[in-house]
Amino acid sequence: VSPGGLEDLARRAAEAATSAGAGEAEAWCEGGRSREVRVHGGEVESLTEASGRGIGIRAWIGTRSGYAYGTDLSDAGLDELAEAAAGAARVADEDESAAAPEPSGSAAEIPALHDQGVASTETAEVIELAKRVERAALDRDQRVTAVEEVVYVDEESSAAIATSRGVSGEFAASISYAFLQAMATQDSEVQTGLGFGVARSPRDLDPDRIGAEAGDESSSMLGATKPESRSCPVVLSDRVAASFAGFVGGALSADDVQRGRSPFADRLGDEVASAELRLADDGTDPGGLASAPFDGEGTPRGRTPLLGDGRLLAYLHDSYTARRGGARSTGNAARASYRSPPSVSPSNLMIEPGDLDLAGLLERAGEGVYITEVAGLHSGVNPVTGRYSVGATGRAIRGGRLAEPLREFTIAGDLLSTLAGVQAVGSEARWVPFGGSVHSAPILVGEMAIGGS
Amino acid sequence: VDLVDRDVAAGVLQRALSRGGDFAELFCEARHGFGLSIDESRVEMPQSGSERGAGIRVIDGEVTRFAHVDGLAEEDLLRAADGLASALSGEAAEPVELRATAPPELQEIEVEPESVPAERKAEVLRELDERARSAGSEVAQASASYSEGRRRVAVFNSDGLQASDDRTRVRLGVQVVARRDGAVETGFETLGEHRGFELLEGDPARIADQAARKAITLLGADPAPAGEMTVVVGKGFGGVLFHEMTGHGLEADAVQKGASVYAKRMGEKVAEPLLNAYDDGTMAHEWGTGAIDDEGTPSQKTAVIQDGRLTSYLYDGLRARRDATESTGNGRRASFRDLPIPRMTNTYIEPGDADPEEIIAEVDRGFYAVSFGGGQVEPATGDFVFGVSEGYLIEGGRVTSPCRGATLIGNCLQALARIDAVGSDFQMKTGFCGKAGQTAPVGTGQGHVRIRGMTVGGTVT
Repeated sequence: VSPGGLEDLARRAAEAATSAGAGEAEAWCEGGRSREVRVHGGEVESLTEASGRGIGIRAWIGTRSGYAYGTDLSDAGLDELAEAAAGAARVADEDESAAAPEPSGSAAEIPALHDQGVASTETAEVIELAKRVERAALDRDQRVTAVEEVVYVDEESSAAIATSRGVSGEFAASISYAFLQAMATQDSEVQTGLGFGVARSPRDLDPDRIGAEAGDESSSMLGATKPESRSCPVVLSDRVAASFAGFVGGALSADDVQRGRSPFADRLGDEVASAELRLADDGTDPGGLASAPFDGEGTPRGRTPLLGDGRLLAYLHDSYTARRGGARSTGNAARASYRSPPSVSPSNLMIEPGDLDLAGLLERAGEGVYITEVAGLHSGVNPVTGRYSVGATGRAIRGGRLAEPLREFTIAGDLLSTLAGVQAVGSEARWVPFGGSVHSAPILVGEMAIGGS
Repeated sequence: VDLVDRDVAAGVLQRALSRGGDFAELFCEARHGFGLSIDESRVEMPQSGSERGAGIRVIDGEVTRFAHVDGLAEEDLLRAADGLASALSGEAAEPVELRATAPPELQEIEVEPESVPAERKAEVLRELDERARSAGSEVAQASASYSEGRRRVAVFNSDGLQASDDRTRVRLGVQVVARRDGAVETGFETLGEHRGFELLEGDPARIADQAARKAITLLGADPAPAGEMTVVVGKGFGGVLFHEMTGHGLEADAVQKGASVYAKRMGEKVAEPLLNAYDDGTMAHEWGTGAIDDEGTPSQKTAVIQDGRLTSYLYDGLRARRDATESTGNGRRASFRDLPIPRMTNTYIEPGDADPEEIIAEVDRGFYAVSFGGGQVEPATGDFVFGVSEGYLIEGGRVTSPCRGATLIGNCLQALARIDAVGSDFQMKTGFCGKAGQTAPVGTGQGHVRIRGMTVGGTVT
């Protein structure tokens, strides 16, 4: 798609919607190409190359709104889509807060969202990269016997928006990532370990580090036993901390708050967390995968401090919740793709690093558990009540150091107590693509319930 | 109307194999969906979507090359086929002439959801909303959603296969939030089938009562216990337990990589002789049902455990060829943008002969998991976890107080071997299963099942 091409399409689609009877309209258009390589046993298993584009239209008729998406971008296709969006709006009930987003300032300037490294790296090179990830895992320890699969994906995409109120814009971005699951075997026991890396270009991925992480984690889990049920200090790895941050960020959506479905409802300004934990949403950090000049409604992305001095500083807003709550949009209208209307969601969550490295956190924990992985988040976390109970694996902490591996246990609690129990945040932070896009660091929580034997 | 002309498909397959390859396939799809929700008693954001497109793959030795395109225009399909062929450099292979087999029987759809005015769908949601709100003074909020989807698919391959399917699914979901004295609880219930709008005849709003009852019951709940105990799993969505702890480990991709605890155990005893289980894509109107899978293989009923012995893995075409066996009709894909992988359809434990009340009465101290929010398994290690959405203590053979915040965890082989009672009751429920980034509608089912010794993860130690 030529530069500006998507924006033209979006403008035509928004116009088609107003011609179809919508009072206001917004069109979001995406296009891109992607490739995926899966490697197993030193061989390519599958190679996918794809391109596609599509468009979604939000239409307002008075204070009723509806949505339609499609991939037929011909004039006739756009007209049909516009009719569908306007038709959908007629079914909705009136909602006084529903309206097309207003233009609101200039887009954020973020360098290097689109790296030419994706286009300039041959497929043969990324295949080699994926194979090297696998070898790095296998070379780490004799007991690492196989890698289930190395998956490498890269993508170049563009997105554009146009609304009947004059909002418009377009930007391009690239992403490149690889992940794997390694398997370590000893006698009849098998343990797994995950490794990943994510960047704007394959040239910025470190295959050896990605593979090593998976290899080390799988072999370190061999011989794991079930811990005794108890309450004790817990150190969450950066990956697990990211999942928790995602849980917090989700519950700070003003949409859930306004509908009374968040443990943070009516708590703005209150003490809700330990002062040790500082959390912000930042849609403009150049390293963040969710960074963009504007959000899914064309509102500029920005930085919003969420937790600081132990207090709840802000909720995340899109234009609807802002209008409804008498606030300003924080630029947190997220689009999973053109196939769904925008909804409030964190962009990049930033956990502010503390002073202690991992060894320091473990020492401060003394006796406890280091959690390296959690499972069952979609069923074990209740975003309305804030309670969670999830499966976990990790290592015992004895005498302030990592000890034997542990598996098949749960960690459980409620979000606000856990936030209040944070005693320290680690100094080693990195981007983690779990729980959204999170710049995460390990976290020491004073007490958490472990369910084991 | 056919999605693509047979001659066009034949031309695409020929071009895909023009520089060699063992197998080529063209998968075409047209999908349409509509959904809307109600929240705060207001019908919100009705949305519709339509897409059509195709996925083409060429298998050469062990390597699969895949391309997908939006739209079904002949020139786009040919360009994608040429792109795949360009990576090879062998002699052209000649596809077998396409022959349409007798079309498998489709599920009967009495009322096409698309033919029903959207306003009628909004009315169903208003009924659900009212029913939920009138279920008790504790009900603070209710929200519900309606969705319909239709997928028409056509598969053509170089072995001469030509097959098609037309799948319509309708689903309702309702969530209730109840509050009392500062306590907050939620209840969720669904109704869904591979069926037309006639699914919602009768009293679909009963699921609002059920969701409200769950939420209100939980208001009186104590924190769940933590520790190992006997667990009785409820009928219906309790079947997600078997889905996670056995079904995923039987999918042949995990098995062939040694990433399943069920690998190399074919024919072995993995459970007590009272256990029989199936994957069955032919069950009338169930959520995971289809006439064919997404490779054109007719759906079938596969016995996976017979009298406690492992009897079959679940295969797609690629993995079946590797094991020199036949596909079991489990090659499914989320859309034309995805490669087929072995997936469950409707997976269930066959009803046994135990009286469900007896199953509980024989437990002195245990946990009754009526329903789950979902679950997850790591097939390579067999470790699984389930979030319990409705659970109770069992004391002295009786179901006593409700518990909140419970999770069940365990290891597949151990837990499967510890099933010591299977109830004579039976129910199927709908679910969405995620694997390798693809979501598939699946059915899960069972009667009451008892497991001797499982870890309950709660907050009370």
